Amino acid sequence: MNRFAELLDRLGYEPGRNNKLRLLTAYLRDTPDPDRGYALAALTGALSFKHAKPGLIRDLIMDRTDPVLFGLSYDYVGDLSETVALMWPKAPLPGHNNPPPPTLSEVVTTLRTLGKTELPKQLARWLDELDETGRWALLKLVTGAMRIGISARLAKTAVAALGDKDPHDIELIWPGLAPPYPDLFAWLEGRGDKPVNSDPAPFRPVMLAHAIEDTDFSNLDPADFIAEWKWDGIRVQAVSGRDERGQMQARLYSRTGEDITKSFPDLVPSLHLSGAIDGELLVLREGRVQTFNVLQQRLNRKVVSPKLIKEFPIHLRAYDLLGEDENDLRELPFAERRAHLEKFIKKLDDPRIDLSPTVAFDSWDALMAARADPASAGAGEDAEAVEGVMLKRREAPYLPGRPKGQWWKWKRDPHIIDAVLMYAQRGHGKRSSYYSDYTFGVWTSGEGGEQLVPVGKAYFGFTDEELLQIDRFVRRNTTEKFGPVRHVVHEPEQGLVLEVAFEGLARSSRHKSGVAMRFPRISRLRWDKPPREADRLETLERMLKDVTAN
Amino acid sequence: MRPQDILMPVPAGLCCKPGGFHIDPVRPVERAVITHGHSDHARPGHGAVLATQETLDMMRLRYGDNFARTTQAIRYGEEMRLGDVRIKFHPAGHVLGSAQIAVSCKDTCIVASGDYKDAEDPTCTPFEVVPCDVFITEATFGLPVFRHGDAADEVKKLLASVALFPERAHLVGAYSLGKAQRVIALLREAGHDAPIYLHGAMEKITYYYESRGIALGELRPVKGVKKADLAGTITLAPPSATSDVWTRRFPDPVTAFASGWMRVRGRARQRGIELPLVISDHADWDGLTATIAATGAGEVWVTHGQEDALVHWCKSRGLAARPLDLVGYGDEEEHESAAADEAEV
Repeated sequence: MNRFAELLDRLGYEPGRNNKLRLLTAYLRDTPDPDRGYALAALTGALSFKHAKPGLIRDLIMDRTDPVLFGLSYDYVGDLSETVALMWPKAPLPGHNNPPPPTLSEVVTTLRTLGKTELPKQLARWLDELDETGRWALLKLVTGAMRIGISARLAKTAVAALGDKDPHDIELIWPGLAPPYPDLFAWLEGRGDKPVNSDPAPFRPVMLAHAIEDTDFSNLDPADFIAEWKWDGIRVQAVSGRDERGQMQARLYSRTGEDITKSFPDLVPSLHLSGAIDGELLVLREGRVQTFNVLQQRLNRKVVSPKLIKEFPIHLRAYDLLGEDENDLRELPFAERRAHLEKFIKKLDDPRIDLSPTVAFDSWDALMAARADPASAGAGEDAEAVEGVMLKRREAPYLPGRPKGQWWKWKRDPHIIDAVLMYAQRGHGKRSSYYSDYTFGVWTSGEGGEQLVPVGKAYFGFTDEELLQIDRFVRRNTTEKFGPVRHVVHEPEQGLVLEVAFEGLARSSRHKSGVAMRFPRISRLRWDKPPREADRLETLERMLKDVTAN
Repeated sequence: MRPQDILMPVPAGLCCKPGGFHIDPVRPVERAVITHGHSDHARPGHGAVLATQETLDMMRLRYGDNFARTTQAIRYGEEMRLGDVRIKFHPAGHVLGSAQIAVSCKDTCIVASGDYKDAEDPTCTPFEVVPCDVFITEATFGLPVFRHGDAADEVKKLLASVALFPERAHLVGAYSLGKAQRVIALLREAGHDAPIYLHGAMEKITYYYESRGIALGELRPVKGVKKADLAGTITLAPPSATSDVWTRRFPDPVTAFASGWMRVRGRARQRGIELPLVISDHADWDGLTATIAATGAGEVWVTHGQEDALVHWCKSRGLAARPLDLVGYGDEEEHESAAADEAEV
């Protein structure tokens, strides 16, 4: 447990993806079975313990410490697991008879079979035996609140590195594996055969598109391509197949291969034909596609209530078919797969799954017009959920990754405003010496006259050279410092105007301005523009109205 | 005599009227008695200063030869009469030369412990428990969540990280007086014998430690060293420098910080620290409470830090306790950040 605890602890502070991978791979290489397997399970979200609730942990600590001291401490630390881990009194057992701290395997296997009434005593025993980091990790593990910035995909990439394999290979066999994965490690270390994925509904690595540039069009012939709307939902793969007993198994995967079926139980009955659909997950109300902000209410939910299902009905818009029954269709040209898909969707005949329509065009100019106005080019009332268009080469097979020249995405022009830099914060990792996180605001009339109200935060979009320039500006124009945050001069005649591009806008009660931007980034530095000429909150409110009026 | 007639807090610091002096005054006074060399306790501009030789030397290094009109050195265990009181210096275990000051008047003894720790430290004389009637304690880490553990384990963590990332530089933020030298000494004890690099602000004080017979192995100024040559090395720097433009001279640096604050994850994250090292020169909660009990004092005055929790603990043990309103002291690390930030380029 202690080695796993150290890993979690370090990962929590490490901002860099590659360094996280290094830490994970080193752990998986140096830790024996079955501990490393259970660690992998914990990191990929394959473990859950239903009885360990925060209330139980609070009761444990209240029995052992002064309530006033606990109150002051919790108030200072702000995290229950951490406060308890730090405050837990040293075990009263003196001498050499102390049991060794539990291994991760011991914790996982014990918790699997332990009844609810025995849990407090068992947890207390482990907390006595572990050190601070161990206690913290144990509490994070059992309450299912690890939040250390590791995706299942990253954990699988780390395990692939152990045997110099492609992470896609791990994804392919993953659904057939179970903790603590002895066969997986045996294969990666050259001690065994590749585990066979006996899963009837496996994930297939996805094909991705390149962003198209203006200069690309001259080399492309419109006749070679099929265009579709690019929907502002989330990319998923819906796979169904019969297991050895003939039962239909259906699974929904994210684009990285994470199994997200549990979050969308309402879609499962619709996946009743054996096949693998590539498509977009959307929320539809009365046949109309809702914006991403609405869909967001359904994402990352552990518990899916009937109310949520009813208020946010989930829908799959299909654009590709990767397999059907026993047949792998990925080698076929896209135009042929599309024909298979159309037949498949017809046969499926389910209101929750429909076909993503194609967009007719005979020249790039015609497509550009459709992209600028999806409403009159076929998207109709769903136009607001269209992010742009996708171009897919008729002849392209389904290739994993981002192959060159096959698929293109052509986004609608983003919204743009001019805002004023208000606060800057240092970045992390390589950027820890640079002020690289920017809070920006727009003008509004307040009690004291014209004032800036913060409307968003951005930390990318600029070049390295621009970062140096902003960093220099921040350091020379700081008016106040609060820990890592600097207030930067923002007066009508003095300050820096940032051109901010963003994808969408939503009302938000969490922001003082009342609006929240989606995907904001710095698109240009407007050294030429005095802050008084930056945009006003009314401009954003108008954009918001345009959105909701559609 | 009531204890508050012997020592009382005034705006200039802790004042001993019957002795005619102040302890660690924050404003210039005629006669100052100083516990240790950190800048919030040892300030320039006093008339006469009484302190250990090391503390006087450190003040001279920092403020120049004319930091006080006259100075007088006193040894641990040495007793001296000042006005109507007797004072005696005892080791505080905080940094080199740090002392607790016992002030006795008739049959009442008050110990002003300054900053102290009861943990092992190869760079200074170990803390000594001084029996007294009133104990004045700091409370920098006066919450039961602060339990520092073994500093040697933290140094092992640092060395494991250096082994795992040999192509990166490791930057260890550490207060330049005391903490930095302790970290270096601990690295040597752990068997790390490669050269250790120093930020310019640490050089003078670190060489002073060496001149007092504390072996720190091979040290090199980091200034002028090529970026590529710093891969796999450890550099000690003031905490504020580790998030400064200065770090751009290092290859993909891992930022560490040696401080008791690193016990709380939120504090480490807030500062963008990747490798927190829980190494403190102040007593942790267990150290504070054990020391209070060991002095046998019936009354405890609590100053700078988390006074509430420690006062509550004392009262629950039947001890008279009160927070002491002293301003101007704090966590030396925060002070140093503020100071070094001004010099930022």
